[in-house]
Amino acid sequence: MPKRTDIKRVMIIGSGPIVIGQACEFDYSGAQACKALRAEGYEVVLINSNPATIMTDPNLADRTYVEPLSHAFAAEVIRKERPDALLSTVGGQTGLNLSVELAESGVLEQYGVELIGARIDAIKKAEDRLLFKDAMRKIGLDMTQSQLVNNVADALDFARRMGYPLILRPSFTMGGAGGGIAYNREELIEILERGLDLSPVHEVLVEESILGWKEYELEVMRDQAGNAIVVCSIENFDPMGVHTGDSITVAPAQTLTDREYQRMRDAALRCLNEIGVDTGGSNVQFGINPKNGRMVIVEMNPRVSRSSALASKATGFPIAKIAAKLAVGYRLDEIQNDITRLTPACFEPTIDYVVVKIPRWQFEKFPGAEPVLNTQMKSVGEVMAIGRTFKQALGKGMRSLETGKADNAASLDPDLIPKRLITPNPERLNYIWFAFESGFTVEQVHEMTSIDRWFLEQIADVVRQEQALGGRTVDSFTAREFRKLKRDGFGDRQISRKIGSNPIAVRMARKALGVTAVYNRVDTCAAEFESFTPYLYSSYESEDEAAPGNRKKVMILGSGPNRIGQGIEFDYCCCHASFALQDFGYESIMVNCNPETVSTDYDTSDRLYFEPLTQEEVLNIYDIEQADGLIVQFGGQTPLNLAMPLKAMGLPIIGTDPSNIDLAEDRKLFGKLLSDLGILSPAHGTATSVQEACEAARGLGFPVLVRPSYVLGGRAMVIAYNEDTVRRYMQEAVNFSVSRPVLIDRFLEDATEVDVDALCDGHHVLIAGIMEHIEEAGVHSGDSSCVLPSISLSPATLQTIEQYTIKLAHALNVIGLMNVQYAIKNEAVYVLEVNPRASRTVPFVSKATGVPLPKIAVGLMLGKSLEDFRHLTGGMANGVLPVPTFFVKSPVFPFAKFPGVDPALGPEMRSTGEVMGVGENFGEAFAKAQLAAGTPIPDEGAVFISVNDRDKAAAVEVAARFREFGFELFATRGTAARLHAAGIPCKTVFKVNEGRPNAVDLLKASKLNLVVYTTTGGHSFADEQTIRRNAVIYRTPCITTMSGARAAAEAVASRRRDPIRVWNLQELHAKEPAATSA
Amino acid sequence: MEEAVLALEDGTVFEGASFGAPVQRTGEVVFNTAITGYQEIFTDPSYTGQIVVLTYPQIGNYGSNLFDSESRGPFIEGLVVREISPVASNWRSDDKAEHFLAKHGIPVIADVDTRRLVRLLRDRGAMRGIIAAGAHERGKLIEQAKGSPSMAGLNLVSKVSTSSQYEWTEGVEPVSSFGKPSANEPPRFHVVAYDYGIKRNILRHLVQIGSRVTVVPADTRAEDVLALHPDGVFLSNGPGDPEPLEHESKQVRKLIGKTPVFGICLGHQILGLALGGKTYKLKFGHHGANHPVLNKVTGKVEITSQNHGFCVDPDSLSDSDVEITHVNLNDQTVEGLRHRKEPVFCVQYHPEAAPGPHDSNYLFHDFAKMMEEWTK
Repeated sequence: MPKRTDIKRVMIIGSGPIVIGQACEFDYSGAQACKALRAEGYEVVLINSNPATIMTDPNLADRTYVEPLSHAFAAEVIRKERPDALLSTVGGQTGLNLSVELAESGVLEQYGVELIGARIDAIKKAEDRLLFKDAMRKIGLDMTQSQLVNNVADALDFARRMGYPLILRPSFTMGGAGGGIAYNREELIEILERGLDLSPVHEVLVEESILGWKEYELEVMRDQAGNAIVVCSIENFDPMGVHTGDSITVAPAQTLTDREYQRMRDAALRCLNEIGVDTGGSNVQFGINPKNGRMVIVEMNPRVSRSSALASKATGFPIAKIAAKLAVGYRLDEIQNDITRLTPACFEPTIDYVVVKIPRWQFEKFPGAEPVLNTQMKSVGEVMAIGRTFKQALGKGMRSLETGKADNAASLDPDLIPKRLITPNPERLNYIWFAFESGFTVEQVHEMTSIDRWFLEQIADVVRQEQALGGRTVDSFTAREFRKLKRDGFGDRQISRKIGSNPIAVRMARKALGVTAVYNRVDTCAAEFESFTPYLYSSYESEDEAAPGNRKKVMILGSGPNRIGQGIEFDYCCCHASFALQDFGYESIMVNCNPETVSTDYDTSDRLYFEPLTQEEVLNIYDIEQADGLIVQFGGQTPLNLAMPLKAMGLPIIGTDPSNIDLAEDRKLFGKLLSDLGILSPAHGTATSVQEACEAARGLGFPVLVRPSYVLGGRAMVIAYNEDTVRRYMQEAVNFSVSRPVLIDRFLEDATEVDVDALCDGHHVLIAGIMEHIEEAGVHSGDSSCVLPSISLSPATLQTIEQYTIKLAHALNVIGLMNVQYAIKNEAVYVLEVNPRASRTVPFVSKATGVPLPKIAVGLMLGKSLEDFRHLTGGMANGVLPVPTFFVKSPVFPFAKFPGVDPALGPEMRSTGEVMGVGENFGEAFAKAQLAAGTPIPDEGAVFISVNDRDKAAAVEVAARFREFGFELFATRGTAARLHAAGIPCKTVFKVNEGRPNAVDLLKASKLNLVVYTTTGGHSFADEQTIRRNAVIYRTPCITTMSGARAAAEAVASRRRDPIRVWNLQELHAKEPAATSA
Repeated sequence: MEEAVLALEDGTVFEGASFGAPVQRTGEVVFNTAITGYQEIFTDPSYTGQIVVLTYPQIGNYGSNLFDSESRGPFIEGLVVREISPVASNWRSDDKAEHFLAKHGIPVIADVDTRRLVRLLRDRGAMRGIIAAGAHERGKLIEQAKGSPSMAGLNLVSKVSTSSQYEWTEGVEPVSSFGKPSANEPPRFHVVAYDYGIKRNILRHLVQIGSRVTVVPADTRAEDVLALHPDGVFLSNGPGDPEPLEHESKQVRKLIGKTPVFGICLGHQILGLALGGKTYKLKFGHHGANHPVLNKVTGKVEITSQNHGFCVDPDSLSDSDVEITHVNLNDQTVEGLRHRKEPVFCVQYHPEAAPGPHDSNYLFHDFAKMMEEWTK
């Protein structure tokens, strides 16, 4: 059947901000769906609150709404746009849930919108545990014994029958949020109560434990004619008990006989059929008892998922793209395979390599959270590696993580081996390695981990080879020995460390012997047919298939695994760099190892190298490609760390010179530069010892901001109010050296922070955006909301900022993008930091201004002038770009995933994602942003206020406004006294340590709708932390700064005043501003 | 580690490590793209005379077991892999894959860049080759490869077929299906199966649809088959070129119209010849478990298991009573035929799977229906 002609306009719901469990894989799937549908001639209307995505670029959809993914705003988009159909399956759980809401509320029916992709009854059957269980029983599929409960008594009754441990899974939550494993009665009650609360339907499935069983996933696609295929099988390295998003996973399945695999395939297809997935992709998870082969179905997702993205990258089969085409009526056999061109998409990819995915965690950013893994996902990113064998892929994967075994090796403790093996945790892979080094056998490690012996044997073999390197010298290797090591995944660096050499010496030695990387293609068919897509991975086989081109070409170094502080924003920039290069007539070559991203889609760039971002791998690719240029300023810190070594090796880095990027990081040189330019900065010093640090801090005067050099996301950054904190920090928190000293700045209290993004061609400086932060300086810029245009800066201040930015751009010879952070205090402008590279805010500014910053930056790096881009900038080559209305960017935090962590904001970045709110006034934009971020400002109810002495005056002003809006006020004694004195009525509540009822009791009783709680400074007291933590647990918005509280009051004012209205980016940036919604 | 060499008739030589039996074997080198199911591949008699390259690089992971053999033992001449597992990890395993082959005297060469080899075979077509363990003079090996028999025109059926008639009673085992293992239906039919190199899973499926199965040697005369009073005759898969099998196709021609006939793979080709068609050799054949086949009758696509180097030429059948029912979507080759008037049908691929997807199991039920109608 050809595509449907009865629908013309299709709405797509994106997945919103990047959160744990739902990351940029949905930008990948959404972007693919947008492209596929438009290529088929459909008009695409998109709603997604996340400005950092490629999918929300104005050229990917016909109408792009960066609006909150709430029922009210989505319904307004539908009312305004009247789409014919809604594609529900490419926006993750968020998109699916919102689609269900829109269907159930009658909005879809009211406006005649057809749900395509998955029908509502199919979604319910897959998502509702009870319906799912019945459906599986009907088709003869085995499941674990389980019971759906909505109260503690029923759960305890089940536990009496089944025994512990038990698995808990709340219904309808994403990424397994609120789930867990209970080993006893107390844990059962605790996890159950949290799960019931998080489940929108107040239900939790309590389930027989299959901990230690083998876990598998199949990615399945089906068309409306009933043709169904398995795209990829995935075997989890970590057995059942660890969320699949937190598991190391391997494709294809390694330890199943064909009999077992085909039985699983039959089960998956039958499951899809029974659930009623008409078209599209689904993923089905299975557990297998390793002792007797008993197979149980664990769950299925009737939509494109994280695993679909992984499976697409692992096989070269574009699941989301095909799912979109199937949703509009195509059959699988009517769609061509892009890679082979001659064969149809209706087949099952077969691969001749091994793919390993390894998650990346960041527990270090959440002190207080226990670093253990269970059924609730906690990783913030992942890497994928492709090798000809498991060993090779694993070695590459471990290098891709950028955490380096070497860096952790020192902290491994032999006494902890059993513990770290038995309880799944982020360090387990390192400890398995360590256990083999320490003489443990495969059998012993298997007993403790339940990890399949086949995987363990592979690792044990690598460890044996690594140990045999001891005592060797770099010139003692034969070609055969080197080739064996490289074919088993050893990095040059890893070899050099074992033999006391350096990576470049190893590289030279092996190259002299002819041991060089070659590139094989990912082709969906194990070489049975010719491949037309240069999707490449390195191996040390005997034939190179790279076939580099002769055109002018530029390599883009991507940003690697997502992590807090370096996420999708940088992938956005890299993708745009690639598109821009193609526009400018260059061949674009992408290097990246993050399977979630758009940049690792095989059709984003002319050529894709799915490789670790290490010096070794980049040099190898350069050897083959001989590119005319390398772009390092778009991928965040990862490529910047490589910039100097690559430059030293003679690679042609284009744009701002790496030495100037370095200069901006060098306190001494940069300090001198600033004083030469007559620009203020907070007094500062550096230290390479505890004593130096204390002296410097005393000299500067407290409070001081202390941080290491060369980090992103404010890693290990603290504000110290006394010498003790400085001393403790230097002793415990941070590594430093002479070349990488600790940086100490005088901290400006209550200053307003400003972020500036600018473009420079060496002559002109175009300021793209001057963003005013809502939270004051001291809160990491990535964790602060910010607004464009600025709302409180004086014209004089703005002028100073503009002048300083121009001076800095010239002084650092910036070619491309630059970001400057300023602090404004008493009308004085201080420079906090300059980064001559693409910043986290580039996508936000691009969307707010309608000017494609990365594209222009690439043009400048290729030698063009800002003059050449007047057609894109509204005619401007200088000055500050205007914005048509108010845009607020707000961060999204993962605190709910880390119970026990203090959510107070500080200099260390902890947000995982961001949203954008658009409004005619600041309040409206802020209210939308907060709603989109999942912390909606309440319209009514009660506000609890407790502030430190410094903030008391401001608290009076804010409290008065909330009172005006009819909110009930609660305050602790000190704050209450000030409010009473100002004539504002409020109820006094005890502090937690004073007695009861206290603020926590109010939170638990759901009596509070908003908490305003500022820190007392320096260190948080137990009382404050308890309240803030409970606010997170009971999902009450908690504001920890006074500027945030003022903004909240503005938001309430807007919610009272302004109607629900939406704007698309195309109308906002049309030359003649379109009228707002009717 | 002992060395081994794979030399091809075009002079290409691959070095590797020797596993399995340390012997020399020649054969036609073909590649199979299935990820799972190596034991079934080793033991499929259709591979007689062939050295098999597996494209999936990690082979032997789940060992071997008593139940997954498709015949009495391995029939491949030799195995070429990227890596052979030193351990076997699966609850059903009772031996390492490498030992399983060694026991039966089959050589394995590992550490070969199998992707390069596959690309070579893809571009130049299937070639004769030799696997030799130990150190050898290359030129001599290449000569030996060149001197080995060519697949075209080769009758291998007589080498692999059973020498005497026997009964088969075992059905499909539970591990191949899920949920409650469906009880075998009591025998309703008597099927006589020609063994041209038959796979056990075909026999199991015939039992599963309610048949008493009598397996007969490939050269059994049609009269003798009909004397067994079959409700249907099955023509099995098997090795080699169908063209030399004149005796076999003559017998089959005599059966058409006398009893329902169902053929698979070589059986399909023999039927094609019996119906007046011709066969031709494919460049490198179809060997894998992911081939899309369009059923022209239902309009649905099946993912199929395939293992054949020869094909029925559709043009040779153009004006006969034969209808093409199935087509390969990758290269549009003929995958299934049926007679417009008589109860005769056949497929080029493997509905019995083992290894491969079960999408085409329905064909056995079609055969049952055909026999049911015939006996009415």
